[in-house]
Amino acid sequence: MRKAYFDHIAATPLHPQALEAMLPYLREVYGNPQSLHSAGQQALAAVEAAREEVAGLINADSEEVYFTSSGSEANNFALKGLAQAYQSKGRHIVVSAVEHLSVLNSVKSLERLGFTATAVPVDRTGRVEPADVEKALRKDTVLVSVMTANGEVGTVQPVAEIARVCRSQDVLFHTDAVAAAGSLAIDVKATGVDALSLAGDQFYGPKGAAALFLKRGTRILPLIEGGIQESGRRAGTENVAGIVGLGKAAAIAKAELERRAARLRPLRDALIEELPRLVERVVLTGHPVERLPHHASFCVEFIEGEGMLLLLDMQGISVSSGSACTSKALKASHVLLAMGFDHALAQGSLVFSLIDGTVREDVNHLLEVFPPVIDRLRKMSPLYTQYLKERIA
Amino acid sequence: MIYSDKVMDHFQNPRNVGVIPDADGVGQVGNPVCGDMMTFYVKVKDGRLADVKFQTFGCGAAIAVSSMVSEMAIGKTLDEAMTITNKLVAEELGGLPKNKMHCSNLGADALHAAIENYKEKQKSGGKGVAAAVDLHEHEGCACPYCDAPLEEGEAEYCRACQIDLEECPSCGGITKKGAACIHCGAPAKK
Repeated sequence: MRKAYFDHIAATPLHPQALEAMLPYLREVYGNPQSLHSAGQQALAAVEAAREEVAGLINADSEEVYFTSSGSEANNFALKGLAQAYQSKGRHIVVSAVEHLSVLNSVKSLERLGFTATAVPVDRTGRVEPADVEKALRKDTVLVSVMTANGEVGTVQPVAEIARVCRSQDVLFHTDAVAAAGSLAIDVKATGVDALSLAGDQFYGPKGAAALFLKRGTRILPLIEGGIQESGRRAGTENVAGIVGLGKAAAIAKAELERRAARLRPLRDALIEELPRLVERVVLTGHPVERLPHHASFCVEFIEGEGMLLLLDMQGISVSSGSACTSKALKASHVLLAMGFDHALAQGSLVFSLIDGTVREDVNHLLEVFPPVIDRLRKMSPLYTQYLKERIA
Repeated sequence: MIYSDKVMDHFQNPRNVGVIPDADGVGQVGNPVCGDMMTFYVKVKDGRLADVKFQTFGCGAAIAVSSMVSEMAIGKTLDEAMTITNKLVAEELGGLPKNKMHCSNLGADALHAAIENYKEKQKSGGKGVAAAVDLHEHEGCACPYCDAPLEEGEAEYCRACQIDLEECPSCGGITKKGAACIHCGAPAKK
């Protein structure tokens, strides 16, 4: 059976060159980067070289990059660390309604500390209107956080415009670029962001290695306190091999980004065009044009995502869903609800995200097995039976 | 795999899927807002369930539970069928993941609703309404104690019962705050 992996947003395969680069740091170079002896200094040099490479991916300076253990940690660090470092100025935060839970739950945690927050709405395609961000700003707003792109619906946000709004009002701007970094060209200097989160496992690096960019001169309260690692802003012995893998993946992504996107975009568009044509009542979620080059997401009416996910898996196809049943919390996707999808439709969420290895044959395989899977589940669905009855009547 | 082999078998090859157009009883529980919805149809002959069919909108566990309930129920007397509990169904399936226990809470309920519907029809001489939780009246999830609908964002309090509710950390079902879970029996959150 043909295996086809369409779950980039969950994890990408490790690039062979990143693995090669990591191996010495899992074997012979085991020194602690903070040790003064040569074994330690060798590890430190590798960490600092990786910092350069990560900085290069987003056009930052290397001393503006702080390594973390995950994109979620980077988001927690940015939200909690910046809000608390600047709270003498005010205690109001603005986010979008479709942020990742690591942002939204950090905001909830800040609210318990006395901060207040405004969630800016999105349109049906999941886009934030920069003017809405401007309207949400108050005298006591200290931080705005709007993601670069959404992993669940693929929509890319107008971050440059939002950054401009924030700059004109002298408010810090953080963007969660975890789903975007490595897939979209990012230039922190040109865009004018103050903080940006990224994670290596979204661009063929290892899991457990991520980073927060923080513009020079920006204050932040550490999330993890202890030693002097990461300029005292993030304590804990460095994940040297992981950081080296992240650095290598960043360097490769910078060189390959355009080629990858140019190759995947037509495959993505084939899915967007053909799936709704093959099966009735399948709607695209997210923006039709302003979306990640490797991302095609849908809601399939009358059925629930987990059943589709499991049946597709049996056909060798790996996908994600934002349905309540596939989330451990059993809650419908806050992203789809914020975009105005009703609960029943949001349950039919299906996310296809392509990886560098995806080829046209994988897409063809998917297009072949998709209709019978949907048909099988719809035949079991009381909602579909009801729909057929109403259609006849 | 998150599911037992038996659950996967019933999910992949569900028994008794479908509609009985001239059913003696129909029961519908749940709604898409809560994540799962099941419709059960029963045909009764000489006090026994001669046929049971179902349709389910829901996850793999919900489909497997419906299938298992239908298999357990066919051939049973009405009284016997009423003793099928959600716990028994989960056991027959070789267990369900903790956060999926709420799916099994619907299966037996839908069957019981269909049987109740049949009994009501008998009483009223053939006329009766489906003992279903009406899809359109319940736009939100319902209170597990009084079945009053809970509005979006108000899932923490039932105005009818005047009790605080919370999500059970084990099964995800809505239950009374500070008490053992009504669905899975897990002790209260501290």
